[in-house]
Amino acid sequence: MLATLVIVFREVIEAGLIVGIVLAATQGVPRRSLWVSYGIIGGVLGACLVAAFAGELASLFEGSGQEIFNATILLLAVCMLTWHNVWMAGHGREMAREMKAVGADVSAGKRSLAALAIVVGVAVLREGSEVVLFLYGIASQGGTSQSAMLIGGALGVAAGAGVSALMFLGLLQIPAGKLFSVTAWLITLLAAGMAAQAVLFLQQGGYLQVLQSTVWDTSWLLSQDSIAGRLLHTLIGYSDAPNGAQLIAYVATIAIIMGLTRWEHARHPRGNSIPKPA
Amino acid sequence: MRTLLLAFVALATATPALADAPIEMTLKDHKFTPAQVTVKAGEPITIHLTNKDATAEEFDSSALKVEKVVAGNSDGMVRIRPLSPGKYPFMGEYHSSTAQGVVIVK
Repeated sequence: MLATLVIVFREVIEAGLIVGIVLAATQGVPRRSLWVSYGIIGGVLGACLVAAFAGELASLFEGSGQEIFNATILLLAVCMLTWHNVWMAGHGREMAREMKAVGADVSAGKRSLAALAIVVGVAVLREGSEVVLFLYGIASQGGTSQSAMLIGGALGVAAGAGVSALMFLGLLQIPAGKLFSVTAWLITLLAAGMAAQAVLFLQQGGYLQVLQSTVWDTSWLLSQDSIAGRLLHTLIGYSDAPNGAQLIAYVATIAIIMGLTRWEHARHPRGNSIPKPA
Repeated sequence: MRTLLLAFVALATATPALADAPIEMTLKDHKFTPAQVTVKAGEPITIHLTNKDATAEEFDSSALKVEKVVAGNSDGMVRIRPLSPGKYPFMGEYHSSTAQGVVIVK
């Protein structure tokens, strides 16, 4: 039961932190809960599919199907996070100011929500497929009794969701005026971490095998196996021994998002202004 | 977006690089055999993992920076980047009480 609890908790929290950031980033946007729910439901269904066809998936691309798949969905999430941040740079402040009152630009807001729903879906799919495989394995070999497994799994989900909810509530303590710039940074780092992870999967799949040596090793300071290391890995892409290609992907993602954000800012000078005097 | 997709198609149709001779490893009763492998520093290695159990397992190692699911009664290639000398533990994440191993790099 404990093993089930630990694994389920670990996976749920990794997906949950991402859902928490998305919820904080869309604070005040109408119907965001609906879109986040679509993301979660889609992710759970996808996780079951991926788990059911794990063998078939792995055998694609000469045995590198799993790695290609993981890298692809991670890069898809990176694109969606980038798109959201750039869109927010153009419309975010207006939205925060006016959306509740007039529902301005709701259709554009919907596109941004759809992008973030995809991010949520990817996060849930990735972590969820591991949970499904693990639980299926336990259930079919029958070592632990089914009820113990269910209890462990349920406790794991509850604990993971609880910690994620705490982080979300913590983010909401940030004053509304600053919340969007904090979440913009969180999303930027989340995207950078995902891009670095995608590079790792491509290398593991036998592609992009350049600059693979470890650049530095901080496992003595903070191991990626520790809880703090895992959480930082999920949130900002912390790696205790990154390689050169990963670092380039990380820095490039931040640079691209910042560059596009400034460009979008410049295109929407008024969207960026201090609230209009009454 | 489109260039990214094209890049993917290009990547996906290329042949993945393989190290010379993969190290054969078997998983049975949630244990790795051999559970310890010794390799040379600075060379990429590939482990060909055959899972003889009925259930899936995830070959997982934060030290080796690798995670790979191998379905039940199936096999998979675990590619590991060139390493510096040291001990790198790995485990089967779904049965970590028994599925443990280590890569020793000299």
